[in-house]
Amino acid sequence: MSTDSDRLERQRNRNGWLLSTPALVLLAFGATGPLLIMFVYSFLEPGKYGNVIWEFSTKAWFNVFVQRDIFDGTLSPADAHLTILWRSVKLSLMTTIFTFIVGFPTAWFIATRPPRMRTLLLFLITIPFWTNLLIRTFAINQIIRNEGLLNTLLLKLGIINEPLLIIYSDFAVFIGMTYVYLPLMVLPLFASIDRFDMRLVEAGYDLYASRWQVLKRVIVPIVKPGIISGSILVFIPSLGAYVTPRILGGGRNMMIGNFIELQFGQGRNWPLGAALSVILLLIVAVALVVYVRFANRGDSNV
Amino acid sequence: MKKMLTAVAVLLAGTTLASAEGELQLFNWGDYTSPELLAKFEAETGIKVTVTDYDSNDTALAKIEAGGGGYDLVVPSANYVPIYVEKGLIQKLDLSKLSNHGNIAPEWMDVTWDPGRTFTIPWQWGSTGIAVNSDAYSGDINTSAIFLDPPPELVGKVNVAPEMNDILSLALMYVGGEACTEDTEVLKKARDVLVAAKPSWLSMDYGMTEKLAANDVVASTYWNGAVFRARLKNDKVKYGYPKEGFPLWMDSVALLSDAKNVEEAYKFLDFIMVPENAAMVSAFARYANGISGSDAFMPEDMKDAPEILIPDEFKSAGHFLPTCSAKAQEYYTAIWTELQK
Amino acid sequence: MFNRSFSISRLPGFTTIAILVFVMLYLPIAMLVVFSFNSGTSVAIWEGFTLEWYPRAWANEQVKDATIRSLIIASTASVIATIVATMAALATTRRKQTRGQTFVYILINQPLMVPEIVTAVALLIFFASIKVATGYQGLGYLITAHAAFCIPFAYLPIRARLEGMDLTLETAAADLYATPWQTFRYVTLPLVMPGAIAGLMLAFVTSLDDVVITLFVKSAGQDTLPTYMLAQIRRAVTTEVNAISTLLLGLTVIMLTAFFLLTRKRN
Repeated sequence: MSTDSDRLERQRNRNGWLLSTPALVLLAFGATGPLLIMFVYSFLEPGKYGNVIWEFSTKAWFNVFVQRDIFDGTLSPADAHLTILWRSVKLSLMTTIFTFIVGFPTAWFIATRPPRMRTLLLFLITIPFWTNLLIRTFAINQIIRNEGLLNTLLLKLGIINEPLLIIYSDFAVFIGMTYVYLPLMVLPLFASIDRFDMRLVEAGYDLYASRWQVLKRVIVPIVKPGIISGSILVFIPSLGAYVTPRILGGGRNMMIGNFIELQFGQGRNWPLGAALSVILLLIVAVALVVYVRFANRGDSNV
Repeated sequence: MKKMLTAVAVLLAGTTLASAEGELQLFNWGDYTSPELLAKFEAETGIKVTVTDYDSNDTALAKIEAGGGGYDLVVPSANYVPIYVEKGLIQKLDLSKLSNHGNIAPEWMDVTWDPGRTFTIPWQWGSTGIAVNSDAYSGDINTSAIFLDPPPELVGKVNVAPEMNDILSLALMYVGGEACTEDTEVLKKARDVLVAAKPSWLSMDYGMTEKLAANDVVASTYWNGAVFRARLKNDKVKYGYPKEGFPLWMDSVALLSDAKNVEEAYKFLDFIMVPENAAMVSAFARYANGISGSDAFMPEDMKDAPEILIPDEFKSAGHFLPTCSAKAQEYYTAIWTELQK
Repeated sequence: MFNRSFSISRLPGFTTIAILVFVMLYLPIAMLVVFSFNSGTSVAIWEGFTLEWYPRAWANEQVKDATIRSLIIASTASVIATIVATMAALATTRRKQTRGQTFVYILINQPLMVPEIVTAVALLIFFASIKVATGYQGLGYLITAHAAFCIPFAYLPIRARLEGMDLTLETAAADLYATPWQTFRYVTLPLVMPGAIAGLMLAFVTSLDDVVITLFVKSAGQDTLPTYMLAQIRRAVTTEVNAISTLLLGLTVIMLTAFFLLTRKRN
């Protein structure tokens, strides 16, 4: 290595923290800092009409895990919280996997077009998302509702005899979230596929590798950063989704985002809402660390 | 271009600059304030009213309590008014500045949440009842059984508005209790009825005006004015008053303690107590107001609407929701969570 | 040889899936556009063709102000978020993995990790105390909040782009006595650009969509299009709102087409 590249290396490390500073400062002010308030709130008493009373209490944390029957006072594990959390995780996982299944071919398709076409297709992916989320969700509602476009069409074509009851089910939430979060999967995937040198695949083929081998040994390792950021961008926001379950799920079955909202709203139990949020934050942070570690370890084996 | 830049500059500066010359900041429910009313007020007084929306009493309360929002007037529901008073968030009105105060209808003057109307001025009031499409079900609709024990025709087709206080109060009255009760026997009964009824519900959702009109939903608990608007589009939609008891509500305008435009606020409060103007308030959102003499100015279709005029036989079944104690609220939330888990 | 590589770029079934995805993406949008011309007030029942909602929507001052405000916030916040996210991505991707870096990574992605309502309540409390103390109630708070939660949306595509990027080019530039600025301007930036554009777009649409945080942070007279519409949720979406959305959509398409044609000419 030349001395110049050493100099560059040292400079890079020094500038590392400096370059991250603006982002970290902004986050400290606009997101993470205020979140510490929530941590404090989770150890306080709920106020009579919402808000908190400044008295130390671990009641909220106790209530996250254990529920006291409101009528006979018996204690039991808080199964309502578990049911809600499990539903959220399940739907978010399904959304992530499905957006990947349809998002990967789409990103691949875009990345393999000629450059001009590529830009156009990228715009086409994002244009629907310049329309507000609420409106888009209502539009999906119009399509899948009992007398909506989908059912009318299928009935007219004679494919079904009874309208499909999609709206107001977990499945409807899954459809809605897939629609809403799809570009969050496609764009990072595209960014990493685009970087990818197609000649590598050709080389692989030239060396008589099978299609599967090319996929596993050449494509996946290179596209992996895109898969990682794509699944993070889809999974985590779906976990806290609020609008989609409320409009398409018909609000009959809550997701964790709606449940936490309930505590800060009509439920008037801010400390419990805060404690649940901290738990959610911890689950996601642990999952993220494990996921990134796991993904990076895979890298070194290639 | 210059105009655009000025607009941007004004927007960026926010409200602090503008509030000096005849401004008023109204914090109100979404889609609840008649633009014609505001235009008329501006034409008469030169005061420009800016409306900012909220979607629930709790959000509004949390925001006002946190402070610094720059709002002058807020429109809480009856059961939230005592909370605002207790926390000192709204100020006592100087009645000498309100020459039209006497226009408040006698029955709305000495209300439990604000005796003598010294804190709040009536905006609109209504009821929470049951909307049913008469094609889907032709039996008695004046009962909460429509959603708590649905007839076979309606099983799997009922919507329940996700308003915890309204729904639990309806259920409590249905089992013979009253709203905000702490009687665990009654609460238990209400819970059992709700949990047993849930499988026969289609959804728990808002936006029923459209869905009732479009036959997407054939039965729902909902607010009278919204059902009235649905009926105008689809005359099969009927409004029922549960005879077991149903909630009444009233939203009233209150002056915030940290209001900056106090004089303008008084002018506005006095303005909405003029019968003609009160009728404009009602004509927009389609709920009744509380001002005597406004009937003469009401839109024709509202004058004898069965959704607006409670029939005599059901009058005694309507109850204003009290402000629940913390204990009652805890029961409510626990039942609600069990219902939606 | 050529034929074979050609078949790679069109992996079997990929094209079909991609086309289906595009169709599905535009179906709800098409519904929305069609119903903005509905002569009834309903977005569910077709009653006939009309253009009346367009002038009417534009005459509704609350809608107009909210739309302009949404665009101002989204453009400012997404540009800020993309710039700081690019810097952070440059700083975190091309060095040895350290404990500190994982920490920075988690911090940057933190806004993704909690439901909006939590950040919203926290920001309400935090910003309200600043509002009371300073008396400033402008859009600065909303822009700060939006920029902050847009950072991960901008950061992740940029990082995906940078990861494993060939460092030899930069080293080569340095070897040729390019200043750090020249290296950045002529080597690093063009390489980052596709990621940055993807990030900017994600950040922009994320900001444009935000409801809950905006609802809690906004001061008097600061409704955005989403908060305006959320507050109307009890009355459902009106044809007027469909008209506004269609207008915005049209504006977007025109802007992007112009951009597309301009860049094509230059090439």
